[in-house]
Amino acid sequence: MSQLNEHRRKLLQALAAGGALAASPLLGGCAATRNHRSLGRVVVIGAGFGGATAAKYLRKWSEGRIDVVLIERNRQFVSCPTSNEVIAGNRAYETLVHAYDGLQKNWGVRVVHAEVTAVDSEKRKVRTDRGEEFDYDRLVLSPGIDFNFAAIAGYDETARQSILHAWKAGPQTLALRQQLLALNDGGTVVLSIPKAPYRCPPGPYERASQIAHYLKNHKPRSKILVLDANEKIISKTKLFADHWAADYRGTLEYQPNWQATELSATSRTLTNEIGDRVRGDVINLIPPQTAGKIAHQIGVINANNRWAEVDWQTLESTAVRNIHVLGDATLSAPLMPKSGHMANQHGKAAAAAIVEIFSGRQPPPTLMANTCYSLVDDRRAIHVDSVHRWDTEKRQLLTVAGSGGVSTAPSVEEGLFARAWARNIWADTLS
Amino acid sequence: MQLVFALAGLCLATSLHAAEDGTAPSSVRYFAANCFNCHGTEGRATSAIPAIAGRDREFLLESLKAFKAGSKPASIMQQLAKGYSDSELVALADYFSRQTQGASHVAVE
Repeated sequence: MSQLNEHRRKLLQALAAGGALAASPLLGGCAATRNHRSLGRVVVIGAGFGGATAAKYLRKWSEGRIDVVLIERNRQFVSCPTSNEVIAGNRAYETLVHAYDGLQKNWGVRVVHAEVTAVDSEKRKVRTDRGEEFDYDRLVLSPGIDFNFAAIAGYDETARQSILHAWKAGPQTLALRQQLLALNDGGTVVLSIPKAPYRCPPGPYERASQIAHYLKNHKPRSKILVLDANEKIISKTKLFADHWAADYRGTLEYQPNWQATELSATSRTLTNEIGDRVRGDVINLIPPQTAGKIAHQIGVINANNRWAEVDWQTLESTAVRNIHVLGDATLSAPLMPKSGHMANQHGKAAAAAIVEIFSGRQPPPTLMANTCYSLVDDRRAIHVDSVHRWDTEKRQLLTVAGSGGVSTAPSVEEGLFARAWARNIWADTLS
Repeated sequence: MQLVFALAGLCLATSLHAAEDGTAPSSVRYFAANCFNCHGTEGRATSAIPAIAGRDREFLLESLKAFKAGSKPASIMQQLAKGYSDSELVALADYFSRQTQGASHVAVE
């Protein structure tokens, strides 16, 4: 509460300082930044879909009156969405890679490339590996995921040289592409999917389709074997099942309830909990996941020792005050996927809440929509979508009854929309 | 002018909410941003997914209402439109019809 009052005071001071708000019509120019006292300081950790969006919209909606520092260890943004197409040779890797310049140039976000080493949530300070310190009024934490390699015996650092997950786009995306190119016609690809929840529910099935498409056209005697720890295809279930039966019969084989617990990298063999073994020429092993390491360090992980529970009104952590957690790291609201689209919406919801809180007002009720496209070959796509709304009585973010749904069948039109979606969300997030 | 528009939009949404939904008033600019992922920031996409910035207000509203009613064929909007109240569709049509095609940025210090 004292925080709120402090911001209300700042706002009143700013108003008094020059007839500020009422007199300045656009609040958008250089003058606005100089003439208005800051509403507050936000440090954003992680510049993926969630963090970058939050940084942009904090600047946009505060009309430049919230100071935003965005800390990201990578020099460039590499998109997970559409990276499955790169693996199959249906898209150029370069199209996944985007600069962070726009956030600085267009919105005045201070982008800092460094690794966060410590956060003092009492003194509200963030420290980086380059020795810099940043003070914040509110912290936005969008750390993405880390992998629990220990859940699979033998998936150690040496094994990881040759057995790839490619579940964060980047060098592994290209390396898995190389493994497919080097595969002999007649060889087997094994794709191992962890139990939900994991990043991007339809992603592994899209990857299976993309790899099957590549094999069918370039290595017709080869097969992909999909080993799913879940009891069924967990997203777009019937769409994927029908499309595989129609288009990839003989190329793609699907096995539910198959959880990899052990890996032998030298013999390229996976073993499950009842001792069944499967050998492959290429093994794409996606491990179970948890919120990014920094979230564990800061102490916001309070759900199953894996995810950060948040108040879906503001995305503020239920464990540590003044820290808003976004994206895949959160304990998802009911039926909410861990997706880049959703993370972008989290970024906007948190930005809206913080602008209102800093201005001494109540945050607006959250309302978010999700759209996930999956490319099933080189041209056609399918989608799933949903609308999530804050229920003031139940105090939960729930899907709106009767809304949302999936495609009727793969189509070229949706393939075009899927590619347009990617371009538009990259721009909305980064420029 | 922008401020006036923003306030007008806010008042519109507020009164509609209060009148039809009984829900708390929410700021249009925040939930309009739901649409930006696909249609571009402020609705200014140039892609297979159509731009909605600066389109005719009535056209936008009638399209949204028809998507919601299921009478206008679409691949995805007929599902998403059902997630919004009628008054929110009015507010969205109003908001996007007021956007211009030019880019909006916050200038850097």
